[in-house]
Amino acid sequence: MRKVAVQTTLNGEPVEFLCEPRQSLLEVLRDVLNLTGTKEGCLTGDCGACSVLFDGRVVCSCLVLGVEAQGAQIQTVEGLAHGNELSVLQRKFLEHAALQCGICTPGFLIAAKALLDHNLNPSESEVRYALAGNLCRCTGYDKIVRAVMDAAKEMREREAYG
Amino acid sequence: MGSHTTESSFRVIGTRPIRHDGVEKVTGRAKYGADYYVAGMLHGKVLRSPHAHARIKSIDFSRALALPGVKAVVTGKDLPEGENKTVPLGEMTVNPRYLGQNILARDKVLYYGHAVAAVAAISPHIAEQALELIEVDYEVLPPVLSVEQAMAEGAPILHPDLRNEELGDVPTNVAKHVVLTRGDVEAGFREAHFIVEREFRTSMVHQGYIEPHNALAIYNADGKATIYCSTQGPFEVRGMSAAVLGLPVGSIKVVPAEIGGGFGGKTTVYLEPLALLLAMKTGQPVKMVMTRSEVLRATGPTSGSLIRVKMGCTKEGKITAAKIWMAYEAGAFPGSPVGAATMTVLAPYAIPNVQIDGYDVVVNKPKTAAYRAPGATNAAFAAETVIDELAELCGIDPLDIRILNGAREGTPHPAGPPYRRIGFIETCEAIKASEHYRSNLEGPNRGRGVASGFWFNAGMQSAAVVNIHLDGTASVVTGSPDIGGTRAACAMIAAEVLGLNVEDVRPVVTDTDSIGHTDVTGGSRVTFATGMAVFRAAEDALAQLKERAAKLWECKVEEVEFRDGKFYCKTNNATPLSVSELAKRLPRLGGPVTGRATVNARGVGPSFATCCIDVEVDPETGRVQILRCTVAQDAGRAIHPAYVEGQMQGGTAQGIGWALNEEYIYDSDGHLMNSTLLDYRMPTCPDLPMIETIIVEVPNPGHPLGVRGVGEVSIVPPPAAIANAVYRAVGVRMTELPMSPARLWKAIAQKESTRSGLGRAQHG
Amino acid sequence: MANVHIPTQMRQLCGGQELVKIPGKTVRELIEELEHRFPGVKNYLLDGNDLRPSIAVWVDGELAPAGLLETVGPESEVHFMPAIGGG
Repeated sequence: MRKVAVQTTLNGEPVEFLCEPRQSLLEVLRDVLNLTGTKEGCLTGDCGACSVLFDGRVVCSCLVLGVEAQGAQIQTVEGLAHGNELSVLQRKFLEHAALQCGICTPGFLIAAKALLDHNLNPSESEVRYALAGNLCRCTGYDKIVRAVMDAAKEMREREAYG
Repeated sequence: MGSHTTESSFRVIGTRPIRHDGVEKVTGRAKYGADYYVAGMLHGKVLRSPHAHARIKSIDFSRALALPGVKAVVTGKDLPEGENKTVPLGEMTVNPRYLGQNILARDKVLYYGHAVAAVAAISPHIAEQALELIEVDYEVLPPVLSVEQAMAEGAPILHPDLRNEELGDVPTNVAKHVVLTRGDVEAGFREAHFIVEREFRTSMVHQGYIEPHNALAIYNADGKATIYCSTQGPFEVRGMSAAVLGLPVGSIKVVPAEIGGGFGGKTTVYLEPLALLLAMKTGQPVKMVMTRSEVLRATGPTSGSLIRVKMGCTKEGKITAAKIWMAYEAGAFPGSPVGAATMTVLAPYAIPNVQIDGYDVVVNKPKTAAYRAPGATNAAFAAETVIDELAELCGIDPLDIRILNGAREGTPHPAGPPYRRIGFIETCEAIKASEHYRSNLEGPNRGRGVASGFWFNAGMQSAAVVNIHLDGTASVVTGSPDIGGTRAACAMIAAEVLGLNVEDVRPVVTDTDSIGHTDVTGGSRVTFATGMAVFRAAEDALAQLKERAAKLWECKVEEVEFRDGKFYCKTNNATPLSVSELAKRLPRLGGPVTGRATVNARGVGPSFATCCIDVEVDPETGRVQILRCTVAQDAGRAIHPAYVEGQMQGGTAQGIGWALNEEYIYDSDGHLMNSTLLDYRMPTCPDLPMIETIIVEVPNPGHPLGVRGVGEVSIVPPPAAIANAVYRAVGVRMTELPMSPARLWKAIAQKESTRSGLGRAQHG
Repeated sequence: MANVHIPTQMRQLCGGQELVKIPGKTVRELIEELEHRFPGVKNYLLDGNDLRPSIAVWVDGELAPAGLLETVGPESEVHFMPAIGGG
């Protein structure tokens, strides 16, 4: 199948890649660009393991075609940390033991970032609904929700005091 | 068993350090099975049966093979037939013929999704196209879809050669009948004032790990192979792949990747031998990854079951007799967890008269695999519901009936020997004393239920190596894949023994060539058994370090003392040395220090859990909302309490899913109707409340640190606890799992119509 | 003399007894002695030279990792139980 050249912005950097029109964005990220932090769990958009930010919105990259990334801003788990400094969310996931096997973690971090990007003071219920598209089978979600709420708290404090 | 530490002196154990593999997992750098890519790699895909039961008359794959980019096609004929005999494999057992037939069907397909052929091609898309070009001619046979159908006279037979010891030389679908008895059960019922008798049904449910199965196999011209895969048991993958392919065990190296969940489901093989077979056939590396639908259709869920319980007690609530009949679906090949079910169903209680019959029954559904406390959850759903009913009849608190009849140290297990020190009563007392249980639950259609559970836990074989580095840091090498934080636990144990900071101990999970045989990450055994090996390997390293210090100080080794992280000489004034100070001098003191230990662990301590759940039922829809949930579990000793809580919360969440929504739904022809995660409905974040945990610590006398193992038992109580809560909320006893909205709505409607005396037919 | 608890389905081979006191220093010796008294026991418990994979032996309240080679004391309690699959 003939490949298409796609120009996109990936984790803030301009990126150009070739992909077949039938390849999903998930396939492109993993198989073409070697960004394997984004995980495959179901390929039907039900588990959220492949969540990425697409122009700031959470999408299941298994349901987006690679060619749709043309001109878009894509953010993956690999872009969350600043160099060797983990993001607040990443640090809170570690401090709260909010991962066990870790396969769902990249997707949860992305979905949680999307929430905190527009709401730094979410209720528990808002956190739970913001993460409703992501399945975790290990934790029962308890520590994940606590990590996200604690991250929000720290980010609020940082915003307030500077 | 001796221990050089005492509870009060723990420095590391009981703290909550950041897990060592954490940063890699929150940055996306950790490599899971599907994240391995090698040059020249082909992609394998599997053709699966569209029928639940059929004879394969012919397979024509010539058109598939002719498709450009396709490199090989294999079928069941490419596998050796294998011995039809259960053989030991490490601490597990396996029937090579059945295992081989499950990986690729030979003469018959036995379930919808059964693998029939596999293709290797230069891209996954071409491999998928090739599958559509394979022509299989089937003779469709009637499927057997329940234990009743399978056990009925004249039932279609799955395996013409299957026999059981009881029936003799007669074809059957019953692979095994287990009987456990104690005392005189009929006499026991005569002593009873109240007797409850009920029948329970549960459907097959899947472990639901988020990472699908995967394997990358490389076969070299010298006959040596390497398999990268996601597994709980790399040594089992090696042994099973060798058995299925007829290869020497030593020719295969298995490299366990990071594993995206297992819960028992990744203790066997599906893709690993297939990828290797295709690699052998093509001379190129072959990678295979299942789709979610394949995972649900064709890997091992746990058994659906039919369970009949009759139990009697005195007016005061003392249980006098229990009679239990249970039949478990093994799936397409023998081997359900019914044996464990018979031994767990009454395990929390001292009951003088017991009769338990268990049947292992083959049906046209996927071969079951282990799932967290295999067999115990179905069984506890039945028994713990009946005990709740007895408590109600006696007018006593449901926790009190458990405490009254509860097993203690010295109580004989229903199937055998007396317990050593156990913590069952303590879990009941912990719930009883909890703020949750003492709080009032108010409001209509709300109810509170409790239930308890038991799991054996496992010992088995583990090996560990502790290397002391020249800067005084250490590495701990084991063969136990880390699913839920066991690397951290192993590092903590070594750090405790060696007086090091936990950050200065690097835990490593290695491949099958680089460590001694280590059984599966399963049976809640890693922190117990591998932890025991790590403890002893660290002690071994410490003993060697003492010898080196003695050499340096020219004193006897007995004169060297190690306390608070430093070596002291009791007989001269040598300056005390820390591990790092001594480590620097090792090159002049005899070279590197490597501690090692292997165990076939004794001293397994069983686990108990008790759970309290508040629900609200919507009588209009039958939907159950979990309002509050508290679980108490005996961990023996919590090495890393945050990950102990994590196991308790995760198991409880799986138990809640099993109780309310999860089930394999088959049509009458045996097709699985819900093979996506949209329709196979696992709990999502808004479905659950916070899961409150109470870690009970009744140290296991059989472990140097008191560890019992915490991975499994928390899944056992929730279905019964929720059934009991639903009863208190809306007055119906649910005897079938899952208690899905439709089922519960129907039960409520039936109760209402009985009460109103209308007896009108229900629609919907 | 070790106390050997006879599993339900083996009792018909052992004259209906639930508990048999027999001498022996290992599980293997106990089984040899049982077979001597109750022919057929060995075939019930063993497949060739090892325990049947469906059967596990517990000595003094614990699954015996050494199987037939497990040593037993004069006061030992020995149980034959169904093997637990999986985990």
